[in-house]
Amino acid sequence: MMRLKLVPQDTAIDFFRHWKVTFGASLMAMVLSLLVFAIMGLNFGIDFRGGTSIRTEAQEPLDVAAYRDAIAPLGFGDVAITEVFDPAFGPDRNVASVRIQAQEGTEAITTEQINAVRDALQAVDPTLSFAAVESVGPKVSGELIQAAVISVALALAAVLFYIWLRFEWQFSVGAVAALVHDVVLTIGIFSILQIRFDLAIIAALLTIVGYSLNDTVVVFDRVRENLIKYKKRPLKEVLTLSINETLSRTVMTSVTTLLALLSLFILGGDVIRGFVFAMIWGVIVGTYSSVFVASAMMLQLGVKRDWSKNSGDTAGTQFGVKEG
Amino acid sequence: MLQIPMWKRVLIWSTCALAILFAMPNLFYDRVERHNDAVALFAAGDGSEAVEADRGAWPSFMPSFLVNLGLDLRGGAHLLAEVRVSDVYADRIDSMWPDVRDRLAEERSTVGAVRRMPSDDPGELRVRVGNPETIEQAAGFVRELAQPTQSATGFGQARDLDVRIDGEDIVVTLSEAERQATDERTMRLSLEIIRRRVDEAGTREPTIQRQGADRILIQVPGIGSAEELKELIGTTARLTFHPVVNATSDPDATPGPREVIYPSMDEPGTYYILEQTPVVTGEQLVDAQPGMDQNNRPAVNFRFNPAGGRAFGQYTAENIGNPFAIVLDGEVISAPVIQSHIPGGSGIITGRFTVEETSQLAVLLRAGALPAEMDFLEERTVGPELGQDSIDAGQIAAIVAMLAVLAFMLASYGIFGVIANIALLLNLSMIFALLSLIGATLTLPGIAGIVLTIGMAVDATVLIFERIREEMRTAKGPARAIELGYDKALSAILDANITTFITAVILFAMGSGPVRGFAVTLGLGILTSVFTALFVTRLMLVIYFERKRPKTLAI
Repeated sequence: MMRLKLVPQDTAIDFFRHWKVTFGASLMAMVLSLLVFAIMGLNFGIDFRGGTSIRTEAQEPLDVAAYRDAIAPLGFGDVAITEVFDPAFGPDRNVASVRIQAQEGTEAITTEQINAVRDALQAVDPTLSFAAVESVGPKVSGELIQAAVISVALALAAVLFYIWLRFEWQFSVGAVAALVHDVVLTIGIFSILQIRFDLAIIAALLTIVGYSLNDTVVVFDRVRENLIKYKKRPLKEVLTLSINETLSRTVMTSVTTLLALLSLFILGGDVIRGFVFAMIWGVIVGTYSSVFVASAMMLQLGVKRDWSKNSGDTAGTQFGVKEG
Repeated sequence: MLQIPMWKRVLIWSTCALAILFAMPNLFYDRVERHNDAVALFAAGDGSEAVEADRGAWPSFMPSFLVNLGLDLRGGAHLLAEVRVSDVYADRIDSMWPDVRDRLAEERSTVGAVRRMPSDDPGELRVRVGNPETIEQAAGFVRELAQPTQSATGFGQARDLDVRIDGEDIVVTLSEAERQATDERTMRLSLEIIRRRVDEAGTREPTIQRQGADRILIQVPGIGSAEELKELIGTTARLTFHPVVNATSDPDATPGPREVIYPSMDEPGTYYILEQTPVVTGEQLVDAQPGMDQNNRPAVNFRFNPAGGRAFGQYTAENIGNPFAIVLDGEVISAPVIQSHIPGGSGIITGRFTVEETSQLAVLLRAGALPAEMDFLEERTVGPELGQDSIDAGQIAAIVAMLAVLAFMLASYGIFGVIANIALLLNLSMIFALLSLIGATLTLPGIAGIVLTIGMAVDATVLIFERIREEMRTAKGPARAIELGYDKALSAILDANITTFITAVILFAMGSGPVRGFAVTLGLGILTSVFTALFVTRLMLVIYFERKRPKTLAI
């Protein structure tokens, strides 16, 4: 039977030949991401900024300017109107997203305010209806930001601790460097493309952390095994060997995950497209970083090699059955 | 070498069979849902034909647990309300005034005349006595009124009142312990009343949960909008009966101390100045029904409990010929003149009501008044069409993702791919079975979590297969290679999945709503994929190996 083989059986790619270039590129990308973030900022959704987001659906083709003119006299301040596209929408489904800033003196939007917006928009297009209304008061949005930052920090700390427990501290630093890299780059791409950054994106961010870690840990596990197996070979060779040995798996898993995510991106509807985009980006960046950031970082830090003497306490507990 | 004891095989297969059995109802969602509704109705005593037919839509010997659909999928409204718990302090402390007055009146010979002083803080009661030199003594008498704090755990050590002296005034406030106990009672009462009101509206499976110290989360599937929900639960429906001091047309008239000014509901431009402390309140109502008054106008009949009835009876007996205001949420519904002593504790509220308004008012009065006002911090409405669109899109995406992954695995691993694919399908059944069993809620990000799991679930299997491939090269024979493959991949699988699981747990702990739904599916997906990779694929491989005894593995 013919087999699909994305990666040849024995690879000996020297991943670290240009480590300065790849490491430098990652560093540059991170700096760039932070710069863009500082200059352009994230397009925070109402979860984090407070305010109201209304999803309108109409049968007539929509006219963003007319919508804006209709809402402007109501005096709600900053109103953003964007058209929403999805291949599944027919010509008689015209969807827009109307975002209104948080109003002074109220938490969530009041019934009167919603009705005022509805009346104003229905005057433009009588077929228009509200498919969804979400309103978050400034009090809650502040707490949501706090919870989001804490959860990302907590996830990083927990993972740092777990890897340190199971491997050596150098592994731990490498893994977390890779995670920070992934998170920063994701924030960067969201700043550049100005995709709406809301609560779901935080979930995506944490999943990226999980996924990238998954990849990193698999490589590290092999490194640990090979370090014991080849006590005399230099660290760089062991790392390269380990990455090559696990390359086939890395590619397989990335491909299956990307297949699933791409199908969700194309067919899953516009509501979660931003969320899925973050994950696709994360899978690509995460796969890259587990090799070019995590392992490269470890190469620079060096690893203590005399595990053979008392592997029990330095290498941490191992679940695997060791061959005697 | 490759032996799995019979009991283990039976255990693994039965787990898989159970998973399929419990996941199955979700494939027939509508039918099972109708069946479940009908069973509930039947249990409630409805034996009509339609109910009978619906009950038969799904065989009763089959499990009928379903995955709950989140609001973003089913459509409905979500509200986060903050209860102004401190509002209640003012009422509590205000209701202390008659007791304080009566107690000090008993000691009139020592302390002199008692006067209540106005205060900027509604949460305190300021009293001045005629003989300032006896203020210490008077404060002592007031202190005697303090009761042990009542809390959920019984009587505490603490007293409910703090009495201090501020210049010439005795200041009475609720003690810290009493405030906490009051907050607790306010929250419990608010939850209870909201629940009753939502239940009266008769929607399916509402979620009404307390969040933190003073917040309530309300989720009602199937309701048209959060606005409707707000109208239902946001109305305080606080009914009070006050003595009328004066009627005026000047909205800016300054009421005297201990008096308030409220507008009239029916007559624009008319305002009433009332005594602040009500004679009776709606809390003392036992029943309220819509009805008609003697002129055949819609009205609400009500009845007081014995204590309320007595207070009402006594007040009407003493104040014949005086007007008396019925106030609902800060508006005077009517201010009739007391014609005669009203014993028996029942009465009627008339005003310019429509029939609908009287029935709604009766519902609100029956359910009871909210003890305090609420602020809405967050609201979300998802229309049912949008929810259905999301389900449809999610389903299609999941099926396509599934097919793509199955095809890819088959192309990459041949017969082993078939094993991996069966494991993947079983894995999905397990996720749905577990979600149904624990009554978890599936949200849109949750569907994304499942699709992601489809992609990632094969990871553990891939790790094992790749390892077997490697071990085959060292030519120890296929059986040994399979065994080594599983053994050596174990630590990588566990480490990789535990770390991801940690992030899922953190997401669950910190997240809310849809994000939480995502964390649940992700976490369950990790558990089931490890199980299928370690046990199910292994068992299938062993069975394949026992049957075929291949010399080499086509992996």
